[in-house]
Amino acid sequence: MSDAGDDMDAPVRSTWQRRAGERARRLDGAARTLGAALDGKRVDASAAVRLLEAVIAPFDRVCLEGNNQKQADFLARTLAAVDVLAVHDLHMVQSVLALPEHLDVFEKGIATKLDFSFSGPQGGRLAKLVSQRRLQIGAIHTYLELFGRYFIDLTPDIALVAAHSADRDGNLYTGPNTEDTPAIVEATAFSGGIVIAQVNETVDAVPRVDVPGDWIDFVVPAPTPAFVEPLFTRDPAQISEVQVLMAMMAIKGIYAEYGVQSLNHGIGFDTAAIELLLPTYGESLGLRGKVCKHWALNPHPALIPAIEAGWVESVHSFGSELGMEEYVRARSDVFFTGRDGSLRSNRAFCQAAGHYACDLFIGSTLQIDLAGNSSTATTGRITGFGGAPNMGADARGRRHCSDAWLKAGRQARAGLAGARGTPRGQKLVVQMVETFREHMQPAFVETLDAWALADQAGLPLPPIMIYGEDVTHVLTEEGIANLLLCRDDEERAQAIRGVAGYTAVGLGRDRKAVAALRARGVIRRAEDLGIDQRQATRNLLAARSVRDLVRASGGLYRPPKRFRNW
Amino acid sequence: MSTAAGMERLQFTFRGGRRVGAFAPVLVGVVGSGNLEVLVEPGETASCTVDIETSARGFGQIWEAVLRDFHERHPLAGVRLSINDMGATPAVVGLRLDQAVSSLEQPRP
Repeated sequence: MSDAGDDMDAPVRSTWQRRAGERARRLDGAARTLGAALDGKRVDASAAVRLLEAVIAPFDRVCLEGNNQKQADFLARTLAAVDVLAVHDLHMVQSVLALPEHLDVFEKGIATKLDFSFSGPQGGRLAKLVSQRRLQIGAIHTYLELFGRYFIDLTPDIALVAAHSADRDGNLYTGPNTEDTPAIVEATAFSGGIVIAQVNETVDAVPRVDVPGDWIDFVVPAPTPAFVEPLFTRDPAQISEVQVLMAMMAIKGIYAEYGVQSLNHGIGFDTAAIELLLPTYGESLGLRGKVCKHWALNPHPALIPAIEAGWVESVHSFGSELGMEEYVRARSDVFFTGRDGSLRSNRAFCQAAGHYACDLFIGSTLQIDLAGNSSTATTGRITGFGGAPNMGADARGRRHCSDAWLKAGRQARAGLAGARGTPRGQKLVVQMVETFREHMQPAFVETLDAWALADQAGLPLPPIMIYGEDVTHVLTEEGIANLLLCRDDEERAQAIRGVAGYTAVGLGRDRKAVAALRARGVIRRAEDLGIDQRQATRNLLAARSVRDLVRASGGLYRPPKRFRNW
Repeated sequence: MSTAAGMERLQFTFRGGRRVGAFAPVLVGVVGSGNLEVLVEPGETASCTVDIETSARGFGQIWEAVLRDFHERHPLAGVRLSINDMGATPAVVGLRLDQAVSSLEQPRP
C-alpha cells in the first residue's frame, strides 16, 4: 500500500510500439536469412520454408488462407514443413479447413489451437485430433463472425494468402476468386502483422489491383497454381422428381406467396432445382420480374437459364465457380466485375449483403428437431457451419422494408402485444429437406446429433447451424410448415411432425392437431397449393444436363472436365 | 421362390377397396439405386395385395404406413402390386405408386 503513489507515477508500459518493433525485427531476420533469395518483396519458392521460420514465432496467431474454394495450398505445404522446434503452438485462425495440410500442422505440433468456420471433408480427422487432445478448438464461427473477430480479439500476426498474380510492388490480382483475401489482409496489415502471398505468376502490371501492394510484405511465386474447388456446380442430370416437386412448392408456396425479391440459395440439388424451374414453372405462374431479382450467390451454373430468360437483375458473389469466367465476363450487367472484366467476389461483403439485404435464405440440412433447430453435425465429424448461420438468421439490425420482410413479420407478430408485438419485419429462413436422406437416414429427429457431438468434443453448446427461432418454414416433399403462424411450442412441434412424412417423428404426429393446422394453412400440402404432383417431372427443368447449361450459355460456360460427360 | 442375398420380402393385403375393371399390366419406375419398379396386374382375389422385395432390410413398419396411406388415396381391389425396391425413400415409393395408378386410370391407346 505504501507504494501506491509511486505506482501511479510509473508508466503503465515501457513501449506502445511493441508490434511495430517486433515486425521490424522479424522483417530484418527474414532479410538476413533469405539473402539473395529475396528480391524486393519476391521470395524464391525454394526459400519459402526459411521465410516462414524467420517471420513466425511460437504462439503466433496465423491465418492460412483456406477459403471455401481458393486455397493457399503451397503456403499450407510450406507451413507443414517448418521445423517444429522453431515454430510451434501456433493458433490457426482460418475460415475453412479444406486441405490435409490444414490438419497436418496440428498432427506435427506446429499448431495447437484452432478458430474456424467450416471443415467439410476434413471433419472426421478434425474430430479425431480433438479427441486425442492434439487440437483445441476455440470456437466454430460463421464466416462474418470470424472475420469480425479478426478485427477484435483474433487478429492474425501472420497472414498466408493466395492470389493469381502480383507485380513488383506486391499489388495482388486475385482473379474471380477474391473471396476472403481482402478481409484477412486488412486485419493483418493494419495491426503490425506480416502478410505473405503465394501467386501463380509475377507480372509487370496486374490486370487490376484487388489488394494494394503496400499491404503485402512478401510474394512467393508458387510452383503450381493455387487449388480452386468447383463447389457450386450441380449436374442437373442428378435432380430427382421429388426435388422438382419440392422446388415447385418453394416457388409457388413461398417465393410467390411473399413476393421474394432478394435472396440467397444454399448449395445443393434442392436449390439447383428451384433455379432451373424459374424459367419454366415460374414463368407459367407469371412470376418473372416479380420475384428473385437480386441475389447473393456464387455464379451457380444452374442459374444460367434464369439469367438468360431475363429473371435476374443482379448477383453479388462470395467466390466464383470454375468454368463460369467467360459467362460472367459477358454478363457484366448482372455480375460484379472489375475494370479487367472478370468477376470481383468478396466473401465478407457478400455475407453482409446476404444477412442484411436479402428477404430470404433457403438451404438444405441434415437434421431438424421438433423445435425447428437445424444441424449438419453428425457424431464423429466436426464440420462447422460456413455461412449458413449468418444467411439463415433474422437480421435484427435490419430497418429497410420490403413486402416479403413485412409480411413475414406480420405473420410472426399477429396477436402479440408489448415488446414482442412491436411491428417489424422478419427474414424468411427456409429449411428444405426430403424426409429421408439416402440410406434412409431420417432428416427429422427427436434429438440432434449435435448434442452428442458437443459432449464428445467438449463444446459448451451443441453446434446448431440454424436456430429454430430463426427458421420460418420447413419444406419437404410432404408440404410446407409455416412456423411463423405457430403460436406455441406444441403447435410448432406438430407442424414439423406434419411434414416429417414416414420418419419416426412424422409417424408420431397427432393426426387431429395436424389436420387443424392444415385447415389453418400452417401446413400446406402440394394439393393445397394447387400443385399437381403429376406435373413434377424432370421435363420441367430448364436444363436437364450440364450440356444443356453450356448450350443455354451460348457456349460461354466451360465446365471443368469432371462435369463433361458427353 | 428364391430371394437374392440380403433382400427382404414383405407382403401386405388391404381389403375394402373398389374393384378395378379389366386392365393390361402396367410397369413403372426402374430398378436402380434409390429407386424402384412397380408392376400392377389384375389380382386373383378381391383384395389389394402388395408383394415387396427390397434391398433395405428392417423397414417393414414404414412400408406398411406408406401402403396404408396409398390405399386410402386409391382404394383398389382385385389388384396385385409387385415392388422391386433398391432403397427408394418413401417419397419415391409414393410417387411411383401414384404414377402406376394414374396410368391405370388413363385410357390406353
